[in-house]
Amino acid sequence: MSAESTAIPVPVLPVSAACKTVGSVAVADPLISARDVNVYYGEKRAIMDVNIDIARNQVLAMIGPSGCGKSTFLRCLNRMNDTIEGARVTGLISMEGSDIYDKRKDVVQLRARIGMVFQKPNPFPKTIYENVAYGPRIHGLAADRVELDEIVTTSLRRAGLWDEVKDRLNNPGTGLSGGQQQRLCIARTIAVNPEVILMDEPCSALDPIATARIEDLIDELRASYAIVIVTHSMQQAARVSQRTAYFHLGDLIEVGETDRIFTNPRHKLTEDYITGRFG
Amino acid sequence: MSTSALLLLIAAMAVLGYWLGKHRSLALVGGGRGIRQLHSLPGYYGLLTALWCALPCLAILLVWLAGQESVITTLVLRGLGTAATSEHASSGLLMNNIRNVAAGVIPADGVSPQVQAGAAEYLRLRSISAMAISGVILALGLAALFWVRARIAPQLRARNAVEAIAEKLLLACSTLAVFVTLGIVLSVAYESIRFFHSVPVHDFLFGIEWSPQTRMRDDQIGSSGSFGAVPLFLGTAMISGIAMLVAVPVGLFSAIYLSEYANRRFRSVAKPLLEILAGIPTVVYGFFAALTVGPILRGFGESVGLEVASESALAAGLVMGIMIIPFVSSLADDMITAVPQSLRDGAYALGATRSETIKQVVLRAALPGIVGGVLLAVSRAIGETMIVVMAAGLAANMTANPLDAVTTVTVQIVTLLTGDQEFDSPKTLAAFALGLVLFLVTLSLNVFALYIVRKYREQYE
Repeated sequence: MSAESTAIPVPVLPVSAACKTVGSVAVADPLISARDVNVYYGEKRAIMDVNIDIARNQVLAMIGPSGCGKSTFLRCLNRMNDTIEGARVTGLISMEGSDIYDKRKDVVQLRARIGMVFQKPNPFPKTIYENVAYGPRIHGLAADRVELDEIVTTSLRRAGLWDEVKDRLNNPGTGLSGGQQQRLCIARTIAVNPEVILMDEPCSALDPIATARIEDLIDELRASYAIVIVTHSMQQAARVSQRTAYFHLGDLIEVGETDRIFTNPRHKLTEDYITGRFG
Repeated sequence: MSTSALLLLIAAMAVLGYWLGKHRSLALVGGGRGIRQLHSLPGYYGLLTALWCALPCLAILLVWLAGQESVITTLVLRGLGTAATSEHASSGLLMNNIRNVAAGVIPADGVSPQVQAGAAEYLRLRSISAMAISGVILALGLAALFWVRARIAPQLRARNAVEAIAEKLLLACSTLAVFVTLGIVLSVAYESIRFFHSVPVHDFLFGIEWSPQTRMRDDQIGSSGSFGAVPLFLGTAMISGIAMLVAVPVGLFSAIYLSEYANRRFRSVAKPLLEILAGIPTVVYGFFAALTVGPILRGFGESVGLEVASESALAAGLVMGIMIIPFVSSLADDMITAVPQSLRDGAYALGATRSETIKQVVLRAALPGIVGGVLLAVSRAIGETMIVVMAAGLAANMTANPLDAVTTVTVQIVTLLTGDQEFDSPKTLAAFALGLVLFLVTLSLNVFALYIVRKYREQYE
């Protein structure tokens, strides 16, 4: 979060008239804007003309039936689709006014600004300390060991894991329980000090108690980061998010305030989905 | 009847048994429409009959094959009486003569009457034995056929019985390999113990002079032989070390390139090509080392003023390293591919570059597996024979200079055991002791490596 980005509001990009998405696609002073984004896997078009803005200090939940493209869209935001052979992205995704798919843009710097937490906890085969210190190390964020210790401690505290692991920072991260591993992955992401955290079904491999802890954590993290979360659970979307986007077969059907979407959906498909008629 | 004819007979009875069993079961339930009343499909009744007929016959045949020679020998020798045997140095020698005469290898008119009589007796006993076994097998097979056929009933659980027999056959096959290995180990250990009666263990393991020449006759001038194996161990270690210096970096880096960087088209061409290296016979590598690499190294050495032996450790080690590259690279490739994509994603998502991800996450995760693979490669290098026989030389030099000729454990085993040898001198027995050491080293390397690899695999499965 640089000083000028908060000083000069980023203009809202116009949404093309062809956009069929119901609800408020654009927000004032967006952090990230996606316009007419398509993703192709080889010949297959996985998502179609998606337009959406991501606001600062807010949780955006993306819901929809399996295979609707919500994870694919999430992975566009930090260019993780680059690692998939045959994946192609068209359209514009801009972060604070600059195109993230610009050829001159370094994907490494982009990913330092946009962290990601995955469906299955994936701690590195290193110690708990080294897991969290990894990001700061590769980006040179700490000048010395004291500063690195400070970053690791703060990140573990913010991820709500400090009290459980402070005595065993040198144990392997893979030895933690599933929920602890996922919080370790969140700590690892926070340690790089990103602006956005993307979460791809972060609780789907966890039990209800671990899930509740992660959800509390998401609510706390909202104060500092923009969060985009993909979830299969509508209850989770309702609990943690302020805005909700409903995807269906690659189309973004409806976007709006979470309360409004769940109480008064405007599109038939959204209504059918949240009332449990399919999905 | 000859053994092959007996086998044919058993096969024919088994086919007959299959047919009988199948038709009997069908007949019991009144043909194809009644199959439902049978516990198993008709084929299982056939198979059960065939197996019950063939297996006991085969067992009898095996016992007969294993035992007939010694029984006949005993009978022949007893028939000749003790007087005849005293003329010969041993009864084994006499029996050899008798067998040779019986087989027509030695003309019968040139030997003593005892041997002639023995040969006649031998032939007679053999023909009796062959007739007896044919009769026994035929009787047993047919009896089994009709016994099982009579017991076939719709509620007979033929399928379960056949499957139980099949399981036992599989068990027998799997234990066979184990027993053969055990037998090899025991025989090597036995001969080694005989060797260590004449040469003390510590002289063998820690002696630094290897010169395994012993006198074959008393009037021969020759050393009594010295069996210090340290030069061989050193030579083996040096050549394996050079081979690993070539194979580990090249194999590992090629695995990293193929699994992490290469596009699918390059990979689909390069991987099979690399694996062709593994298919080249080691003897071909051997003459490549001896005729191409050795002279090139010597020529190069001369041009820079270095003395390089034409059979050098370096030449053998380099070529052996090339041979092991595909081994290291395919194992490392397996290990790298087994690292879950989610770990790579995690590193990429933190903003790690591809090379940072590989160095700090992927290799780190695959390390135990790669170490295990390298250890397996080391044990292969130590046991490799053909290349070193052809390219490393025979001189048991105590040297650390890779440009000298050295010799290895495997080379010495080959030279000790080829040609005319007597099997009770320390010289030939030394080969077994070397073999035992080699076996123990490679075995412990393999066990350790497999332990590491298995432990690693469990982590991600």
